[in-house]
Amino acid sequence: MTQTPATGAARSSKPSEPLIRARGLTKRFGAFTAVDGVDFDVAPGEAFGFLGPNGAGKTSTMRMIGCTSPISDGELSILGMDPRRQGADIRARLGVVPQQDTLDNELTVRENLLIYGRYFGLPRAECARRADELLEFVQLSDRGKDLVEPLSGGMKRRLTIARSLINEPDVMLLDEPTTGLDPQARHLVWDRLYRLKQRGVTLVLTTHYMDEAEQLCDRLVVMDKAKIVAEGSPRELIERYSTKEVAEFRFAPGIQETLEGQLDGLADRVERLPDRVLLYADDGEAVVIAARERGLHPETVLVRRSSLEDVFLRLTGRSLIE
Amino acid sequence: MAVISESRSRGGPGGGAPPTSATAWSTVLRVVEHRAYQYRRTFRASIFSSFGVPALFLAAMGFGLGGYVDRSADAVLQGVSYLQFLAPGLLASSLMQTGSFEASFPILGGLQWSKIFHAMVATPLRGRDVALGNLAWIALRLTLVGAIFAIMIVAFGASRSPLIVLAIPVAVLTGLAFAAPIMAFTATQRRPDRFAALFRFGITPLFLFSGTFFPIESLPSFLQPVAWLSPLWHGVDVCRALMLGTIGEAPLLALVHVAILAVIATVGALLAIRTVGARLGKG
Repeated sequence: MTQTPATGAARSSKPSEPLIRARGLTKRFGAFTAVDGVDFDVAPGEAFGFLGPNGAGKTSTMRMIGCTSPISDGELSILGMDPRRQGADIRARLGVVPQQDTLDNELTVRENLLIYGRYFGLPRAECARRADELLEFVQLSDRGKDLVEPLSGGMKRRLTIARSLINEPDVMLLDEPTTGLDPQARHLVWDRLYRLKQRGVTLVLTTHYMDEAEQLCDRLVVMDKAKIVAEGSPRELIERYSTKEVAEFRFAPGIQETLEGQLDGLADRVERLPDRVLLYADDGEAVVIAARERGLHPETVLVRRSSLEDVFLRLTGRSLIE
Repeated sequence: MAVISESRSRGGPGGGAPPTSATAWSTVLRVVEHRAYQYRRTFRASIFSSFGVPALFLAAMGFGLGGYVDRSADAVLQGVSYLQFLAPGLLASSLMQTGSFEASFPILGGLQWSKIFHAMVATPLRGRDVALGNLAWIALRLTLVGAIFAIMIVAFGASRSPLIVLAIPVAVLTGLAFAAPIMAFTATQRRPDRFAALFRFGITPLFLFSGTFFPIESLPSFLQPVAWLSPLWHGVDVCRALMLGTIGEAPLLALVHVAILAVIATVGALLAIRTVGARLGKG
């Protein structure tokens, strides 16, 4: 991993050609439609995200891209190939980090990498060389001889990331890469992914964490109920669908329901959540002052910048994480 | 890097489908290799029990029980000691049990618990490779267990013919005739609940009533044709003919037995390719 095979390979092909191209991509399970006619392109070297709540169709989309789940309808092209006919050839050039760890607990950390390299037909000596490099990259060199079982969740995730890099993939597919990790472990994973991104590895990830999407994604699509509802960079999405700032008011229990009409006109948009009221405006402080002048006395006031959470709330009327 | 580009060039026009049969088998071998990695860890304990279990069975059943039987049953066994009668039955049924076990819990483990088979199909490997690779691995395991069992049988003086060497592959085929269909079944399960019933109502009765411990001629006459439905009986009958040196008396029957086992194993393997593939391709 001293260099990036990904960029080399990607740039040698036509630069304008997207690495992944989906048109009307659909996945059905019987009568249930998990992915309903989505369109997207992923460019070489890009970090592309699918943001949405659980059940939005993100994982189904990822599994179709990963060529482990056949597409039901529409078009999908990955690295210029057709997953219906060239699944194995496509998979040879992907690095997949699934949502749930699929490590072999009966083997050691290093053996997990060695055997995975063999799946790609790499010679044993090459597997060993790459395994040692990758263990260093994910800061697990000192655990190489240990069994996988006693590793922490964050270490297992990093090992899974290392494993997905053993074939020096053109595209990495990361499904909820940090779900279930504690904050410190998440930051370690983000740091490694950020390094890969800087080396030009194309990252495709799903997440329901807006901070993860903001940290890692150059561009993302917001998914809800099997459809893509918006597309753009995190900044663009916030500019398009939200205001610069948000004032959050929390009132004493029972008060919020009595505020009929009193919040009107205070901000560009008012969003009432069960436990708080969000007032969207470019100047949050001004909203707070105006509210005080109207005689409103929230128990707590918070002025913050708009986030992708606000974009999602605007687009769907619901929060990302409930 | 060279390796990567080599694997890329494979995907020429009309990739997807395995380009050559050589590549097709190499992906199966990767799965075997993985199972071998795992086995290295339990190798010693496994070898120990591979020697120990036949020794216990042969000693208890052959010497203990056989002592009683030989005194009274000379007419039934026609001059063969009970130990010699029993040994081929134990060999075949032991591989039936090993094959059945290996196709149930470890396969469900890879599909459901550790999910390592899901990790395999995220690479160039396919569901077909997972099914066939595991069956190939089971065949290797069965060969090892069967060979050790045969060594113990010879050590106990329980084989009358050097053709016991051929009884090993026949017993392996018997084990596969169970392993392949059971693997196909396992791939349709999410929990191990039904394995208990499979072993209790399937494997154990077959173990008892397939000519392992007594000739099926001892069964009530209306039950005897049922033995034909037992894959184990076909295996036991051939192994016994080989080890008693009586194979020449009915070579055609032995061929029919082997053909039946081969058909069951093949159909089972085809079903396993389908169910394992379907399981790994959804969810």
